[in-house]
Amino acid sequence: MRSHVPSYELVVARDLPHALSMLTEGFRPIAGGTDVMVLFEAGKLAHKKWMSIRGLPELRTIDVTPDHITFGALTTYTDVRRSAIIAAEFPLMIEAAALTGGIATQNRGTIGGNIVNASPAADTPPALLVYDAEVELTSPRGSRWVPYTQFHKGYKVMDLASDELLTRIRLPRKFASWTHFYRKVGTRRAQAISKVCFAGVRRGDQMRVALGSVGPAPIFLENSDISAISPIDDVRSTARYRMQVAKNLMEEFLHASA
Amino acid sequence: MQLSVNGIERSIEAPPMSRLLDVLREGLHLTGVKEGCGEGECGACSVLIDGELANSCLVPILQVEGASITTIEGVAHGEKLHTVQQAFLDHGGAQCGICTPGMILAAIALLEQHSNPTLEHIKEGLAGNLCRCTGYMRIFEAVVQAVRP
Repeated sequence: MRSHVPSYELVVARDLPHALSMLTEGFRPIAGGTDVMVLFEAGKLAHKKWMSIRGLPELRTIDVTPDHITFGALTTYTDVRRSAIIAAEFPLMIEAAALTGGIATQNRGTIGGNIVNASPAADTPPALLVYDAEVELTSPRGSRWVPYTQFHKGYKVMDLASDELLTRIRLPRKFASWTHFYRKVGTRRAQAISKVCFAGVRRGDQMRVALGSVGPAPIFLENSDISAISPIDDVRSTARYRMQVAKNLMEEFLHASA
Repeated sequence: MQLSVNGIERSIEAPPMSRLLDVLREGLHLTGVKEGCGEGECGACSVLIDGELANSCLVPILQVEGASITTIEGVAHGEKLHTVQQAFLDHGGAQCGICTPGMILAAIALLEQHSNPTLEHIKEGLAGNLCRCTGYMRIFEAVVQAVRP
């Protein structure tokens, strides 16, 4: 059943303060639209008041300081793929961006959108988790930085208040010399949603591992303990298959990074 | 609102959440833009927005105010087909035709990025466009031939 188009409000946010004030009036953000518009077309978009934040240039920058790379929430997958510094220091971000949808999706979809859409099967969150990302949440009350490992609280539940907008993401520049490993397992190589998505980085005894599609949200593995995951059966795969693939990928990662 | 479609300035009246796809097909009768899945998986509705490939089924019309849209109707120069169109014609890159407009636009966008693409570039550039007839090989050949006539 398609949505009744005229019953939806959509306005353009002029700048960040305008966007934040509209958030408090009940408007929700739409950026690249690659998730929101799917629900809209399917008649499953319950919320009716939307604001387009796509044109806010202050949220589409990539800033480099000695300690961090900080990018705006509206940075697209294509922007990530074209960034030489991300390729040099955070190659799993490049792999994840390249494996998310096709070129058309990568041109419009944003990293901030991928995070707050909070799909357990999203492909960039495992990379962001192993790189120890922090996310900036901004509201009229001010801004706060939250470790990304603490951001997802359950299925589509986030540490994000209704008046907060995810504005920036920053990665500490400490992983360049680590071994980086990323695998997405889906039905086919292109255009498939993950059955299991695995990201890992390692330097000697230090190891960081995160997975997608094996729990209610993207999961960072404390102590890199693969037995801590509890995948489920769903339309894309079974719990048993996912568990086995996750273990296999863990083993492959340990071999590849040894 | 105003936007440019295939080089012509257009004034559109539509609810802001209307899909670009519907405005192009129903408002402007540009029926070369096809609807396949309606969820960004198949690429049949591909258009270029300011030169970038996009799925028009996922774009609310308000987001393209002032933008420049290219559909399959806008790629030929008068009677002369675009080199990619001609290559699809010459090499059997189209069968039923539903995916063809999107394929051609995706190929044109690819060639803007890689003027001399490898087969891997071509496969990746067209990965968001599904074809259920050709098995893709003739499509890939057509794109190769478009740059190496």
